[in-house]
Amino acid sequence: MAEKTKDILLGPIFDNNPIALQILGICSALAVTSNLSTTVTMCIALTTVTAFSNFFVSSIRNYIPSSIRIIVQMTIIASLVIVVDQFLKAYAYGISKQLSVFVGLIITNCIVMGRAEAFAMKNPPIPSFLDGVGNGLGYSVILLGLGFIRELLGAGSLFGQQILTKAADGGWFVTNGMMLLPPSAFFLIGLFIWAIRVWKPEQVEEDTFKMKPHTRVSDAF
Amino acid sequence: MSANKESVGKTLLVAFLVCVVCGVVVATAAVSLRPVQSKNQLLDKRMNILQAAGLYQPGVDVNEVFKSIERRFVDIDTGEYVEMPESYDQRKAAKDPQRSERLSGKEDIAGIKSQANVAEVFLARGDNGDLSRIILPVHGYGLWSTLYGFLALEPDANTVSGLGFYEHGETPGLGGEVDNPKWKALWEGKKLYGEQGEVEIQVVKGAVDSKTPNAEHKVDGLAGATLTSNGVSNLLRFWVGENGFGPYLKRMQQGEVVEQQEGDA
Repeated sequence: MAEKTKDILLGPIFDNNPIALQILGICSALAVTSNLSTTVTMCIALTTVTAFSNFFVSSIRNYIPSSIRIIVQMTIIASLVIVVDQFLKAYAYGISKQLSVFVGLIITNCIVMGRAEAFAMKNPPIPSFLDGVGNGLGYSVILLGLGFIRELLGAGSLFGQQILTKAADGGWFVTNGMMLLPPSAFFLIGLFIWAIRVWKPEQVEEDTFKMKPHTRVSDAF
Repeated sequence: MSANKESVGKTLLVAFLVCVVCGVVVATAAVSLRPVQSKNQLLDKRMNILQAAGLYQPGVDVNEVFKSIERRFVDIDTGEYVEMPESYDQRKAAKDPQRSERLSGKEDIAGIKSQANVAEVFLARGDNGDLSRIILPVHGYGLWSTLYGFLALEPDANTVSGLGFYEHGETPGLGGEVDNPKWKALWEGKKLYGEQGEVEIQVVKGAVDSKTPNAEHKVDGLAGATLTSNGVSNLLRFWVGENGFGPYLKRMQQGEVVEQQEGDA
């Protein structure tokens, strides 16, 4: 049992990472990682929401009619997200302003729905809660990595503290503006996925189809 | 039980109960946290006003410093002070056809669509009660988003002492550089109006130095953010122009509004 608990909690970090293997929650990974302080807040918010939505969905899983199960999950998730958003507005106003719509968009974050549907509907509350925390951690690992690289290379700072003196301020470090733009996260996520699959080759998917060799080679004209 | 839970009655019951429970939870959180939230919003706005006025230093008590700042309401058309309730919200008023005016495409260079009839202004006073800064809320469209900010003027109602935006969604590193302290510092000392009182302030391409003709009206645009720079230029020209605070600033330059207000006090 202890072994299983550990699996549920720590499995999603590298073995079954929501971003790198399940390819869920990419949109927010692009949006909130241009600096670390918003990244950390987003990670905490998402982990909290996933854990509790899994817990609540799982606690009433035996009463949810399957015809309306998605909307029931949605209602629970949406309520939790609103509560988290209200708390951020009250106690971390600056950060909630920076995260703006992305807190609200946790509702549509595929990780939350995905785990509610895939895990919480079939498992008891406590393992579901741990699964939520685990997937939140898996998401956080990737996001913190992205945030670290993007803020350091894009702005020369970490958590808003200047680490490398920018050329604009008389130092040597020329900032890479692209790192502050969302597409850079795509490249970084790609590199992360590559790195993880080199380390754990069992994650590499089988080809879904094979190319046929060319039967005839001919010139274009 | 599993066969049972699929019935129509059970489905409706579960849906109803989930809604009630979630509704109560959300409502409780929203209502109980609202006082803290509105305090934060006010504090944030005040901090931005102080920053534009150059009165903000990290670590000061914003509310304490803000006591030296007076909030007044100005009729946009006449430029005269009017009395409004403390709770007046200019953004809401701008959306209310009763309390705002639609701008025609030609007038609306800032891209704000409608203008509230009454605008708020903030007056900072020195220790001896003399006017030290006029702070005007300004907003307008940049590249992606509406920029909201404050323009601080010297008591002559012509010299810029600061400009800062507290809300915008421009591209980080490009248009987002409107927040860059170095760029904001360029605005200091620029003059809004020319000799004849026409609006002269503008953002231009290329460095502005003392050799540039009319350098006192020009600010170097942001590199790589032409559209955001144009947006800032347009919104300032709008707000200090005829349809914005123009009439009010004209009065301030002649000293009229100041007098009347001292009479009131």
